[in-house]
Amino acid sequence: MAEMGFVIAMSVMTLFWGIIGGVVPWFIPKGPNRGVIVTMLVLTAVCCYLFWLIAILAQLNPLFGPSLSTDVIWYLNYHWA
Amino acid sequence: MVFRSEEMCLAQLFLQSGSEYDCISELGELGLVEFRDLNPSVSSFQRRFVSEIKRCEEMERILGYLLREIQKTHIAVPEEDESPLAPLPRQVLEIMEQLQRLEMELSEVARNKEKLQRNLLELTEYTHMLKITRTFIHSRSRHEALGPQYEEFPTMETDSVSGCTGMQRLGAKLGFVSGLIQRVKVEAFERMLWRVCKGYTILSYAEVDENLTDLDTGEISKSVVFLISFWGDQIGQKVQKICDCYHCHLYPHPENDEERADVLDSLRTRIQDLNNVLHRTEEYLRQVLQKASQSAFSWVVQVKKMKAIYHILNLCSFDVTNKCLIAEVWCPVSDLANLRGALEEGARKGDATVPSFVNRIPSSDTPPTLLRTNKFTSGFQSIVEAYGVGDYREVSPAPYTIITFPFLFAVMFGDLGHGIVMSLFALWMVLTEKQQKKKRSSNEIWETFFSGRYIILMMGIFSIYTGLIYNDCFSKSLNIFGSAWSVKAMFTNQQWTNKTLQTNSLLTLDPNVTGVFTGPYPFGIDPIWNLAVNRLSFLNSYKMKMSVVIGVIHMSFGVVLSIFNHLHFQQKFNVYLLFLPELLFLLCLFGYLVFMIVYKWLVFGARDSSQAPSILIHFINMFVMQGKDLAPLYPGQTGLQIFLIVIAMLSVPVMLLGKPLYLYWLYRGGKGLRRRRGYERVRRVSEDDTSAAASYEDDDEEEGLDETPGREALPKEFDFGDVLLYQSIHTIEFCLGCISNTASYLRLWALSLAHAQLSEVLWGMVMRLGLRMTTRVGVVFLVPVFGLFAVLTVSILLVMEGLSAFLHALRLHWVEFQNKFYHGTGVKFLPFDFSLLPSVFEQDGLL
Repeated sequence: MAEMGFVIAMSVMTLFWGIIGGVVPWFIPKGPNRGVIVTMLVLTAVCCYLFWLIAILAQLNPLFGPSLSTDVIWYLNYHWA
Repeated sequence: MVFRSEEMCLAQLFLQSGSEYDCISELGELGLVEFRDLNPSVSSFQRRFVSEIKRCEEMERILGYLLREIQKTHIAVPEEDESPLAPLPRQVLEIMEQLQRLEMELSEVARNKEKLQRNLLELTEYTHMLKITRTFIHSRSRHEALGPQYEEFPTMETDSVSGCTGMQRLGAKLGFVSGLIQRVKVEAFERMLWRVCKGYTILSYAEVDENLTDLDTGEISKSVVFLISFWGDQIGQKVQKICDCYHCHLYPHPENDEERADVLDSLRTRIQDLNNVLHRTEEYLRQVLQKASQSAFSWVVQVKKMKAIYHILNLCSFDVTNKCLIAEVWCPVSDLANLRGALEEGARKGDATVPSFVNRIPSSDTPPTLLRTNKFTSGFQSIVEAYGVGDYREVSPAPYTIITFPFLFAVMFGDLGHGIVMSLFALWMVLTEKQQKKKRSSNEIWETFFSGRYIILMMGIFSIYTGLIYNDCFSKSLNIFGSAWSVKAMFTNQQWTNKTLQTNSLLTLDPNVTGVFTGPYPFGIDPIWNLAVNRLSFLNSYKMKMSVVIGVIHMSFGVVLSIFNHLHFQQKFNVYLLFLPELLFLLCLFGYLVFMIVYKWLVFGARDSSQAPSILIHFINMFVMQGKDLAPLYPGQTGLQIFLIVIAMLSVPVMLLGKPLYLYWLYRGGKGLRRRRGYERVRRVSEDDTSAAASYEDDDEEEGLDETPGREALPKEFDFGDVLLYQSIHTIEFCLGCISNTASYLRLWALSLAHAQLSEVLWGMVMRLGLRMTTRVGVVFLVPVFGLFAVLTVSILLVMEGLSAFLHALRLHWVEFQNKFYHGTGVKFLPFDFSLLPSVFEQDGLL
């Protein structure tokens, strides 16, 4: 179950930024700004995907858990699934 | 904006004598070319068109006077959308005439008005004086009735009919001097009178209610009406002299009341008349100025254009034999056709018999750098150029900066709420940009923000994204997907009981227990960390590693970009001797560090958290080649690390000695090889070390024929010592810079931490106070609390932190990214364009 969630998230994000960075540039109409727009799309895809990837990889195998105060624990126990 | 700056060529324009003015006018409208000064040794007073420029300046002077007058009467000058063309020489005389006529008329009217106003002032003063001295006289008479006074001499109250009989009885002649004096001088005046006349005068004075303008100085000051009664001729003369000395305005004192009333009446009518005349004069003046203001704008533009054209004409050289002007311009190669078209148009307008033409000439000078931008890219181009304008045909970092700069800013700013506010602000500026441009405010700070509106918009949008990933919105986290950490699981697995809750104040979730950790949060940082006490332990580790990863990737990108420069300037040897060792050094050391970070993330988890290695220690051990006591991260680690270290160490001498030795070999022994190979251009148009450049750079005559290679001339002297020195400096800088620059990227962590903490403090200390009050008063109290929260958020978190993150992101670009490939020692292309010329009047705020 946990694996499933990770796999889904991974594939969705990779696909999404992959389309933006790899597929959409081919559809930009020819004009004086084509080069700039393609550069922008590719760089945006790379930067955003990398940033998301780092965030998820850092949390993949946590070495320690969060320390919560007992009030918070009590609240979470009853309110969060 | 393109990958690298445009190709430029040097061209000679041959302008026929009749049509040169029109040709230059056409070029100025289009803004295609940059003119070079062909007469650098001639002073500005000896140039050909000096008299025309003087005429233009005279016209500008008159226009300045005219605009000032218009501004004084608060008439608005209507601006036209299309700017008029530069006037033809025959139109110039017309404009000059009109302006001179206007000037004369205006100055005459102004003079008349001043005379009238002076007159009016005198009459007004006289009136006041009469009224006030009347009260003196009558008050004196009243006082007399009351009893004895300090006055030793009988006054005039009984003498209105009999004249000076009272005085004549005493045999003395009573005289009066009356007038006005400035308020500030009254005490000194009185004292002087007392001292000089030894008490034989009586001074009474009273202030005038109305404020009168002193026409000489233009200030509005209070005046005092005084009446001096004295007798004796000599005293009279002394009094006169003192009054002169104090710049009093003296008016004749009437003998009696009837005379006073008559004078008052006549004065009143005269003042009325004067007011009428003044009024009508002002009306007339206003009309004249109104009419002039209709055409003032077009005159200003026309004169500005004319003056600019003559300045340019002064730069050209005059060819006596051919009776034409020769101009040398830098022109982008892609615009040569437009240039020819412009010259034809100009020739047609000037009715020239022989058309002007363009001749492209080769040049060995470095052309200026041109990068075309639109309103979106110009902001980013300007922040790159603030560091340095790129060399001619060098790879420009600007297209990448459009994305990486806002991205690095957002990594440091990372807050969803703040990002939304920033984006909205920038969006407002972008949507209303037409109106804002028309307003043309004089506030520099606003102008700076406005010209960077697209940058701010991008920064805001990226901040929204990083805010979502950091899961930070005004220091609160969003729980969109459901947290991956389950507290319930700790209870169901009997790790915790209610008793544990009662006896402890802090408990830590253990990811080893089944069900507690259900996989990573799919988008960003898990919201539970916002509630955790050890939040920063986790976030710091995450952000530091993120900074290093982003930094190494950014720097590698910079090194890779240098390939394009090497290939373009046809220094292929640089690819092997410079780029390859640089990349290997960077990747073997810091790329391996990134690999270790990712490896640790993937391989080590909660099960073996006690044995999780410290990457830093492994990294340090790699360098000192120790650490046999440490458990290896993966099998074969020591072997791989030694291999990487060896490669990195080997690339240093290659970087250091490779290029100098190769060039030395080229210069000395490689001649045979060179001829065999045919051509190998080692032209590099500009480098940091000019002597090195001069030494091995081919003197290139065919600058214009950029892309086609040809036979090169023999290089000049090759100074091995210089090249070696330059290369060793570069090597040391690169190698040490790798380490320091990687560490420098840790500011991404530092600033994002500071921002998050500030945000949290603001929430906790300000907003929570308002939200905590549970009584009804709390609702009312919340309003000013929210106001304070909003003001502090905008001023501290948005403005101050925003500027700070902007600065640091800029530094990362300028230093850590650009010093891997960018030289930035070029000259910017400044075309002759009328729209780029500043207007003197705009700067003075007159237009």
